[in-house]
Amino acid sequence: MSFLPYALAAWLLFVGLYGVVTSRNLVHLVICLGVMQSSTYVLLLAIGYRTGKKAPIFTSGVSVKLGAVDPVVQALALTDIVVGVTVAALLLALVIEIWKRSGTLDPDDLRRRDE
Amino acid sequence: MTRGARLGLFAVSSAVLAGLVVWGLTGLPAFGDFHGEYGRILNSVAGTERHVTNVVSAVVFDYRGFDTLGEEFILFTAAMGVALLLREARDDRERPRDEVRSDAVRAIGLALVGPTVVLGLYIVAHGYLTPGGGFQGGVALAGGLVLLYVAGRYRSYRAASPHVLVDVAEGVGAGSYVVVGIAALIAGAAYLGNVVDLGTKGTLAAAGTIPVLNAAAGLEVAAALVLLFHEFLEEVMYPDE
Repeated sequence: MSFLPYALAAWLLFVGLYGVVTSRNLVHLVICLGVMQSSTYVLLLAIGYRTGKKAPIFTSGVSVKLGAVDPVVQALALTDIVVGVTVAALLLALVIEIWKRSGTLDPDDLRRRDE
Repeated sequence: MTRGARLGLFAVSSAVLAGLVVWGLTGLPAFGDFHGEYGRILNSVAGTERHVTNVVSAVVFDYRGFDTLGEEFILFTAAMGVALLLREARDDRERPRDEVRSDAVRAIGLALVGPTVVLGLYIVAHGYLTPGGGFQGGVALAGGLVLLYVAGRYRSYRAASPHVLVDVAEGVGAGSYVVVGIAALIAGAAYLGNVVDLGTKGTLAAAGTIPVLNAAAGLEVAAALVLLFHEFLEEVMYPDE
């Protein structure tokens, strides 16, 4: 079963991508992007995992010799989760502007208006 | 492009992408069998080199501190972008009444404001000792302020986080990260080098510049999220537009 975390990452990537491609609503599209992004977190954390090891936090009493899971991928994931939220907010702000200007959130409708 | 054509294109191109992804995934080490030397070495030396107990924070704010500088500025730029987009086209109409009518929501919300803010401060302050740090704690801090909106009135939420204060906090959070880096240069070390006395491991007075950068990130994240909530809540107030 050791391939499951990787399979989950791939599944999240493709289900998010499918959502982006078929989206009929820009808010839905932004959320699908978020789903795609979360596949990178699953992938990073899955790569850094080492069987039987704990979190890389060595408070007193925890020997450094025990080792731990990889701290670098965890650092990557944790900063990116917060940054991802703000970037999603920026995209949603753009969506609000689109709604104000055109009165629709359907990407297909937007295209028809341009023609 | 019609929907059918788009789906067809998606089917073909995602099949190619799926092939690449599966090819890449099969080349990865088996789950639980990772042997990356960088992380392993950091785990074994961070405690003695930087006097931290949380190695993840040492990576974020020291060993890879320069990357975090970039992340901070993505955060800063995104928050500024939201402010630019939404502040621009807003009029100063009378705010509709938005008081909470449910006593349960009000009581539980108000009871949670204090503990949430304290929890946020705790997570930020102990970021290099126990699980947590500026990024996670900053979100909890902002959450405490939003509870004030949920439980009370928009006005009291705004009173607790005036625009000027949030904007300044946002700038100071991002700016002080840069300043710490420059200070290290002046002290003769590399940019963002850890030049301050490392203190005693396992106490709050440890890890040199990590607490400073950690606090800067906490301030930056909390301010950015409060700013985002401001801008979006202002939009919600005018449903007829």
